[in-house]
Amino acid sequence: MARIGSRPREIGKAGWGWTAFTSVVSLIYFFPVLWIILTAFKTRSDALAVPPKFFFTPTLQNFTNVFFRESITAQAAQATEFPLYFFNSIFIAGTSVFLALILGTLAAYGFSRYPLRGNDTYLFVILTTRMLPPIVVIIPIFLMFRLTGLAGSYWGIILLYTAFNIPFSVWLVKSFFDELNPEIEDAARMDGAGEKRVFFAMCLPQILAGLAATFVFGMILTWNEFIFALLLTGVETRTVPVAMARTMGGEIGVDYGLLAAIVTLFLIPIFVVTYILQNQLLRGVTFGTVKK
Amino acid sequence: MAAVRSQEEGGFFAWMMAPERRGPMLVAPALIVLFVMNIFPLLWSFGLSFFNYRANRQDIPDFVGLRFYERVLTDPDVWERFQTTALIVGSSVLVQLILGFLLALMFANQFPLRRVLLMLVLAPMMLSFVSVGVFFKLYYEPTFGLLSQAVRVFTGSTYAILGSPTGAIIAIVIADAWMWAPFVMLLVLAGLVSVPKYLYEAAEIDRASWWRRFRTITFPYIRSLLLLAVLFRTIETFKLFDIVYIITEGGPGTATETIAVYTYRVAFQFFRTSQSSALAYIILFVVIVLTNLYLYAVKQREREVS
Repeated sequence: MARIGSRPREIGKAGWGWTAFTSVVSLIYFFPVLWIILTAFKTRSDALAVPPKFFFTPTLQNFTNVFFRESITAQAAQATEFPLYFFNSIFIAGTSVFLALILGTLAAYGFSRYPLRGNDTYLFVILTTRMLPPIVVIIPIFLMFRLTGLAGSYWGIILLYTAFNIPFSVWLVKSFFDELNPEIEDAARMDGAGEKRVFFAMCLPQILAGLAATFVFGMILTWNEFIFALLLTGVETRTVPVAMARTMGGEIGVDYGLLAAIVTLFLIPIFVVTYILQNQLLRGVTFGTVKK
Repeated sequence: MAAVRSQEEGGFFAWMMAPERRGPMLVAPALIVLFVMNIFPLLWSFGLSFFNYRANRQDIPDFVGLRFYERVLTDPDVWERFQTTALIVGSSVLVQLILGFLLALMFANQFPLRRVLLMLVLAPMMLSFVSVGVFFKLYYEPTFGLLSQAVRVFTGSTYAILGSPTGAIIAIVIADAWMWAPFVMLLVLAGLVSVPKYLYEAAEIDRASWWRRFRTITFPYIRSLLLLAVLFRTIETFKLFDIVYIITEGGPGTATETIAVYTYRVAFQFFRTSQSSALAYIILFVVIVLTNLYLYAVKQREREVS
């Protein structure tokens, strides 16, 4: 396990002086994100003020606009669809990541405990499908969805995202199964525990934290996905990234406050993840290929 | 006796659950979904790349063999896009390595509030490409943008970084490298924390110089991780689409049009479906080679660690 947060190198214990230095560097690095957060609390004119405003009277209007259709002005007409897009993003990502996690966990257990002939080849092919640029996969998928009428439906995009998440789930969950001690499982079998019992009562509980991490990372990846959603969602199933990108080309000007509010809302789970799951982060972002 | 009975009663279900079929049965559902949604479509587009087909026309596609591969490989436009992609990937990965390495050095000590500060630095990596694209476009904007405003303090005039080809490439590289340097940092950090303490203590006694300590103690521990970082980021940056699509749309002219953006245009703006499929297969080939290298590096490192 990558002990990034819990057990740093023992040498080089630095004190508050180092904290001060690191704080300055971290804040500079974080500045573009900080500016997004500040923009989320600004009025439309403050957001685009020249020179930029560091001090202003904060407003919560942008956040209410994400969830409620209040404004009826032409300017906000485009923006008021965001509650739907927000729901779409959560519903589509949630369902497909959950499905992928179930299928992926089963497959990971299979690959880890009952290796097939050519186990590594299967795993390689699975990883390759994930490493491919979406544009390679999207051309035939687009044609396929057009033929089957799946384009623009919830089912289509959920199915695609499930497939999109399976490689990630398989590799990540497998890395957790690989760390368990199979001898203990064998001992349990000797004592008469059935295969189901070994899987559900012994293996799964030990990797619950890993499964949670897989789910959360999957959610972030899927929520952020753009190009599949751009080409395969319709008006009713549009997700947040597509809607955000679409506002960029509009003639009525971009409502940066609203977009900033959406990004800010999404920062909350990101902070929770990077704080609580810091030890799993390295494994999460490398699909379980680097553990320590 | 019990086994025989359960087999008689269970029928198909028992056949499926037989111990020797346990592995295949566990992996089958995932593989089926992958086959239907990924591999089958890829085979289809492989077939399409040998026919003349446009997704926006009703014509019956006719067989043209390798013509599209020939056309794509000899097309100067395609080579130009590959060069653009190589330039962006090369510079972005290099900047990510340097930034990530420095950030890792900073966090390789234990100090108060370390976890909280680490969280700030890791945040960019978890944002979506679209958010990064949208807001960096705002930062690069000549009138309201922070960059232009900052430049104006010094020069007195606004600055349109996206106006020139070089500027646009730098702008894309900054956005991408800023987003992904934390990834390199995570990998390097994992290497740095794995260096045994006694090696540094021994070096201290020998009065080894900073550079010598780094070269003989630290570097061997992070070498394999650096290689992994380079390969992983190269594969990922090779896909670069969203940021370019939002910040520059490939412009000015075609200065920042990466191979992914170009393929998107060929496929969905010009509707040259077959040509884009051929192009996609060339990309596929590159990614397969890179993924192979990556997994080889992973194996290499696992051998080192254990």
